[in-house]
Amino acid sequence: MAEHNIPEYKANWKKEEQGKWGMAIDMDLCTGCNACVAACAMENNIPFVGEEDAGYGRGMHWIRIERLWDGKYPDVRTDFQPAMCQQCNAAPCESVCPVFASVHSRAEKLNVQVYNRCVGTRYCANNCPYTVRTFNWRDYDRPEPLNNQLNPDVTVRRRGVMEKCTFCIQRIHKAQDQAKAEGREVFDGEVQTACAQACPADAIVFGRVDDPESRVSRLARQGRGYKLLDVLGTLPQVTYLKGGSHVRTG
Amino acid sequence: MSVLAKPLAGAHAHEEHDHEAELRKENLLLDPKPRGEMNAMVMDMMGGTTWKFWLVAAIMGALVLWGVFYSWGVMIIEGLGIAGVNQPVYWGLFLVHTVFWIGISHAGTFVSALLRVFKAEFRRPFTRAAELMTTFALAQAGIMIFAHMGRVWLAYWMFPLPNQRQLWTNFHSPLMWDFLAINTYLLSSTMYLYLPLIPDLAMARDRSTGWRKKVYSIMALGWRGTEGEWTHLRTALNIFAFAILPIMFSVHTIVSWDFAVATRPFWNSTIFGPYFVVGAIHSGVAAVAMVLVVLRATIRNMDYFLRPQHFDILGKLILIISMAWAYFFFNDLMVQWYGGDKWTSELLHFHEAGKWGWIWFLMLICNVAIPWLTLWNKKIRRSPWLLFTIGLLINVGMWAERFIIVPVSLAINRTPFRWGDYEAGVEVPIFIGSLALFILLYMLASRILPLVPVWEVQEGQMAHSIRRYGKEPVVTVSDLE
Repeated sequence: MAEHNIPEYKANWKKEEQGKWGMAIDMDLCTGCNACVAACAMENNIPFVGEEDAGYGRGMHWIRIERLWDGKYPDVRTDFQPAMCQQCNAAPCESVCPVFASVHSRAEKLNVQVYNRCVGTRYCANNCPYTVRTFNWRDYDRPEPLNNQLNPDVTVRRRGVMEKCTFCIQRIHKAQDQAKAEGREVFDGEVQTACAQACPADAIVFGRVDDPESRVSRLARQGRGYKLLDVLGTLPQVTYLKGGSHVRTG
Repeated sequence: MSVLAKPLAGAHAHEEHDHEAELRKENLLLDPKPRGEMNAMVMDMMGGTTWKFWLVAAIMGALVLWGVFYSWGVMIIEGLGIAGVNQPVYWGLFLVHTVFWIGISHAGTFVSALLRVFKAEFRRPFTRAAELMTTFALAQAGIMIFAHMGRVWLAYWMFPLPNQRQLWTNFHSPLMWDFLAINTYLLSSTMYLYLPLIPDLAMARDRSTGWRKKVYSIMALGWRGTEGEWTHLRTALNIFAFAILPIMFSVHTIVSWDFAVATRPFWNSTIFGPYFVVGAIHSGVAAVAMVLVVLRATIRNMDYFLRPQHFDILGKLILIISMAWAYFFFNDLMVQWYGGDKWTSELLHFHEAGKWGWIWFLMLICNVAIPWLTLWNKKIRRSPWLLFTIGLLINVGMWAERFIIVPVSLAINRTPFRWGDYEAGVEVPIFIGSLALFILLYMLASRILPLVPVWEVQEGQMAHSIRRYGKEPVVTVSDLE
């Protein structure tokens, strides 16, 4: 039988084969300033949906700062948790797409969304336990001069298509091309996602998790690390570093 | 003494006579008409269209144009933003209505095939009307599932079409299973509808002129009624009746898997398969009863074929299915609640006490309380319009069940920051349009197709007779098929 070159719907995860790129987010450092959200929108051509749609739950941010309250006023504790696609190694979104629009890429070991292939069943979004996938409910306007800030490296999506955080795959490719031209590996810190770059507190760290000495790997090893909804077995590539070493009040 | 005995004996004989007349009145198969007369009655049903018919048809047509064509057209151009879906309620009323219509489509074939398999004689006059419901409701389910898609113009990508770019469909996806199951069901139920139609189409061909004659000649496939043709027809019908039952069960089980295999609290329930099948039959048998009441009231000669007896039996069937539904509902609720999963508990509480709690209670009232309180009563079962009302309420209840399962359960998830709300938008006009299309299809079919399987009724009438053993009139049956 001929070998069919179909995409992997789910990476067969083994210890040594875990993903290449990962992220560590320090909950102690995050101030909830939303700079990452703005930077992500600029980098990835994310449309502005307007007040009404945003209020109705149609904001299209690929990263969001979850503001979680603990306790009752005035004894309130605030927690900020940036949430984006966790780039699961065993992603629930991939297996349910009927047309392979949500697939695992072999090269980058990331969970990618093929916009051109998406027919808009929205099953992937329902099956995502992190609720991080956003859908193009309409064609959104980019009035002058906003059209000038479109990033030429990123596809502009049309209505009826699902999208989500890509770990700024265009930046990864750029760095890889550069490294290949110079005949070397991508070194740690060479690729920054837009959110990590914009974070004033340096709460978001991006890098190669297959390199045990990279900054992100060392942070993840600290012992404060946890994965979101670990119990579901989705094997995320994002590690959160437990907060609470100082308590934010008010 | 003899003076007293005479009127007594006379009264007795009179009573007996009444008993026999009652039996004939009650049971269509004991009340035979000559073949020619019955054929003429069925031909008469299809002709003689009044202005009222065209008025209703025009209203339905206008609703279809507005709901399905205009509203959906606008949505295709504008995007799903004009519907109510959002994040996290990615699936809204379109999916509710898909499950709703597929549920309704179930009972047509279920009633027909199951009763045929068990040789239940009362089925004879209404199998066709029930089978038509399957095909027409599946068409509506198709509209709903296509309206649900973000880019419906690319819907053909769901077909495993060989192409130059080596793009293929993902058979790991429950939506692909669904797609294949529904297509299988549509094809097989349409064939199952068509097979017993052939002799009736031939009957119509032999009794019509003009364009009707041409249409029936093509559709009857040259049926002559030879022994060989009958043998083939019976064999094929037998195979289909048995084969279509497992298909029917599998389709709604697979529909339930769209939910049950997802990593979501409440959806992730192992009992959803049978729960959905029973729910589908519940709404579907109620819909069959509704359709039969309307056909009987609107189509001439129909009151000869459809009798209170049929409504009586359907009423009993609905009562039993309602009990089965209640069993599965309780089973699902009990196990999910006892499991104690944090998010499931949160969601179950939200079902009952949240914003849409009244829909949850409406579901229980319509699906359980109303049939249980009414259908034990023979008088209620036998009065068509009461049964129609109960059927309507059951369909409202089953709609509520799907509403609870789809948008209400999506509003609560494992990320509390992303809990949401749902307000229906363009889903409503599209649903009204699809309801109108369903009615319109029935109206058009009633002008073209013999809605009563004449040959099956005649066959049943030949086999049944009343004989007298002593003074007692006894219904006797000759062995069939």
